[in-house]
Amino acid sequence: MKVTMRVNGGERTGDVEPRVLLADFLRTNLALTGTHIGCDTTSCGACTVLLDGEPVKSCTLLAVQVDGRDITTVEGLAQGGALSPVQVGFHEEHGLQCGFCTPGMMLVGTALLEQNPDPTEEQIRWAISGNICRCTGYMNIVKAIQHAANVKQAAASAPSPAAVAAGGGE
Amino acid sequence: MWGFLGGQAMFPAAFDYLAPTTLGEALDILAERGDDAKVMAGGQSLIPLLKLRFAQPALVLDIGRLPKLNVVSRHDGRLIIGALVRHVDVERDRTLADNAPIMAEAAHWIADPLVRNRGTLVGSVCHADPAGDWGAVMLALNAELVAKSKAGERVIAAAEFFKDPFTTALKPNEIVTEIRIPIPPGQAGGAYNKLERKVGDFATVAVAVQVEMNGRKVTRAGIGLTSVGPTNIKATEAEKALAGQELTDETIREAARLAASAADPKDDIRGSAAYKKDVVRVFVQRGLHTALGRAQEKRT
Repeated sequence: MKVTMRVNGGERTGDVEPRVLLADFLRTNLALTGTHIGCDTTSCGACTVLLDGEPVKSCTLLAVQVDGRDITTVEGLAQGGALSPVQVGFHEEHGLQCGFCTPGMMLVGTALLEQNPDPTEEQIRWAISGNICRCTGYMNIVKAIQHAANVKQAAASAPSPAAVAAGGGE
Repeated sequence: MWGFLGGQAMFPAAFDYLAPTTLGEALDILAERGDDAKVMAGGQSLIPLLKLRFAQPALVLDIGRLPKLNVVSRHDGRLIIGALVRHVDVERDRTLADNAPIMAEAAHWIADPLVRNRGTLVGSVCHADPAGDWGAVMLALNAELVAKSKAGERVIAAAEFFKDPFTTALKPNEIVTEIRIPIPPGQAGGAYNKLERKVGDFATVAVAVQVEMNGRKVTRAGIGLTSVGPTNIKATEAEKALAGQELTDETIREAARLAASAADPKDDIRGSAAYKKDVVRVFVQRGLHTALGRAQEKRT
């Protein structure tokens, strides 16, 4: 079957059997191997992608189910070579060791901050409760998402360079 | 091609896939091919089964593109939950929060946040896993399922719906388009208590409790059990024992005892049968105390 979806902002098409899982379509057909396959049983969250902005497990979705919809993978987080705030947070707070769970964790963090720019630690822990990390014990992952929230808030409250150049601001 | 190299990728046996955009079209397809088809909404129960090849239908009928089924509404004294309403929608819905707070409480405990972004309440009920959470809640709330086929429509009480593990009263040519939950006329309160080893695990035991009150007396009690038998179980004797009674320590203890004796759990990695029965007893007691408090809060 022919499928067409927006992946990281660009339209991508493929010709797949209905039984092909989205995780495999992304990795095999589109060579986007940042989406990891961990447990393959809907448990670990390594295969997390954003479907119309919401985190879902791509090992438990058929590629044909998302025909016409919008997908973001970890490859879509950095913009113009600049890391996203959540990626910066994981870098600054050492939010990973082996890195296997990291794409999923960062996508969940990204979706959380879109919905709730100032989450409590409890809310962060709840948001990542479908994603398993076997290295860090989650402490630094939580800190990384908190760091991203702070970076985003600072950026939102500071006057933009354009506004400063135009003599704007307060 | 690369990507499967060296991996142990799991993928389902081949199937035909249809994703109709009208209910009429979907019912036509089932009229013809229902015996070999599985209906899929969010796919969070079905796709894992397909991958393990526990299910190998010739046709997967994806109802995810049918219109107007992703809506919660209130009509004629009932809450109506469409077949595409997801667990996350139940968690956030104001109408449900105001009229049946047990719904958001139960939704919060289902699987994990990512699964809740895809999985649907109706799909979960139709999957009829005895460890499923919604079945118990539907039994406690006396919900009804609306099943449509090309021949027409019938309404099935939740108490008549669950037949065996993963087996329901649904016919192969039918689709459940909505679930209806009666809104109690007076004070009411509910609670869902679940014991799970970790986020995302199935319940070791869970208990849904609903009480409807007139003054201090219970007019109707509903108790549904999860993971303690071949289906979700309605603890009918315990419900009857509470009707017309005041909720005292004594009546609550007796209802909890009756509900525990209705449970028929098995020893497994999550616990012994005796332990699970005792958790039912404790959760019925705890749930009734919480439900009573909530019913009294709602006094107007």
